[in-house]
Amino acid sequence: MAIGQEHTVKAFDLDIGELRGLIGQMGGVAEQAIADAIAALQHGDLDLAQRVREGDKALDALELEVERNAVRIIALRAPLANDLREVVAALKIAGVVERIGDYAKNIAKRVPMIEGEGADRIEPVSVIAAMARMASGMVHDVLDAFAARDTEKALAVYERDDALDDFYDSIFRTLVTYMVENPRTISQVAHLLFVAKNLERIGDHATNVAEMVYFAATGTRLADRERVTH
Amino acid sequence: MTRDDTLPKMTARHVNVFYGANQAIADVSIDVRRDEVTAFIGPSGCGKSTFLRTLNRMNDTVAAARVEGEIRLDGADIYARDMDVVQLRARVGMVFQKPNPFPKSIYENVAYGPRIHGLAKGKADLDRIVEEALSRAGLWSEIKDRLGTSGTALSGGQQQRLCIARAIAVEPEVILMDEPCSALDPIATARIEELIHELRGRYAIVIVTHNMQQAARVSQKTAFFHLGRLIEYADTSDIFTNPREERTKDYITGRYG
Repeated sequence: MAIGQEHTVKAFDLDIGELRGLIGQMGGVAEQAIADAIAALQHGDLDLAQRVREGDKALDALELEVERNAVRIIALRAPLANDLREVVAALKIAGVVERIGDYAKNIAKRVPMIEGEGADRIEPVSVIAAMARMASGMVHDVLDAFAARDTEKALAVYERDDALDDFYDSIFRTLVTYMVENPRTISQVAHLLFVAKNLERIGDHATNVAEMVYFAATGTRLADRERVTH
Repeated sequence: MTRDDTLPKMTARHVNVFYGANQAIADVSIDVRRDEVTAFIGPSGCGKSTFLRTLNRMNDTVAAARVEGEIRLDGADIYARDMDVVQLRARVGMVFQKPNPFPKSIYENVAYGPRIHGLAKGKADLDRIVEEALSRAGLWSEIKDRLGTSGTALSGGQQQRLCIARAIAVEPEVILMDEPCSALDPIATARIEELIHELRGRYAIVIVTHNMQQAARVSQKTAFFHLGRLIEYADTSDIFTNPREERTKDYITGRYG
């Protein structure tokens, strides 16, 4: 989709560009947090887990900056039509990405509880990584879609959520079976269940962002669009 | 609701306006509803004021202006040979960009119209009409003790409300406003906007404005004009959040030109 013509007031374009840049930055930080949290989980790296927990402050600060910028643009430029939709979307997306960061932080917090002493290392940890890549890929793509005002890409993320939900269901069953067979690990695996749930929630949030991106770009709600027959 | 109320108050069909050889308006068709405020927006020279003036034949006063097409008020052709233009302008009142009170007392400014149109049955009735018009225009409480002072001695915002009182004193059906706030400060502007809000429903109101936010605030329908053509006419909420036409979007988001 073509990027619109420039504003007569050039500073308006700079403001909007800065806002988009901040959202992109938030997306990068959130993605990295998910990847690090999962890496920490897989390798039992408590230091890395601790760094993820501390790194969440960066996302909070970025969200605040987005909020400040968006409010300033609304106050000074009184944006309308697609500009208004974009600024409002940025404001909402920042809140969602911050929540995604919270989920990554929550995963990192559980690492010490899941990480057993040496021999107690539980095997299902390995299946979580693939689910994490899927969730994190959705976050990556949906923020790309926002940056490029790409409705097709947003739509693709929206439709990927079902696959992530299926993934979650299958991991859930696997983990429950594992607990039944290895009752000693129940407390660890229960935490791992929460990790899977967090990843599933991250996917839901990415899906919400896809809806916001779609609305910002088209002015039509994704749910109201004409259903494409497959 | 009678059948009458569901019909548009004014309809324009295929209207062209020429100033000499220049075409200022090309093929504009639009309905003005009686219970709504309609805003005309567009860049300078787009024809929105010219078109507004065709609605009460103000262009008649411009020698070189020629109007083609059909404009109806309650179904009656206002350019028909037997249309009384003075009556028409009483029914379709106008408020201008610059407040233009008569150099007479506040009272006389408002009383003039009802008197020449024979709307008052005596002095007491005229007093009542003047008070009611000034009250409806939100000016009464500010000037009730000095009705004899000159209208031109009021502040700009008060003068504009006086002009609105003058327009509504003759019980018009439509009020045309040509950038009524462009010469006013923000407080006076807010008062006029509040007034438009209160007058809505009683009169069909058409307002030309350069202020997008104002159009978005006061109107229910918005028409975007560009180079003499009506580009888009829709619910105000749609025009400002999700316009259909690229040119409308570029204009309202400040990308035009």
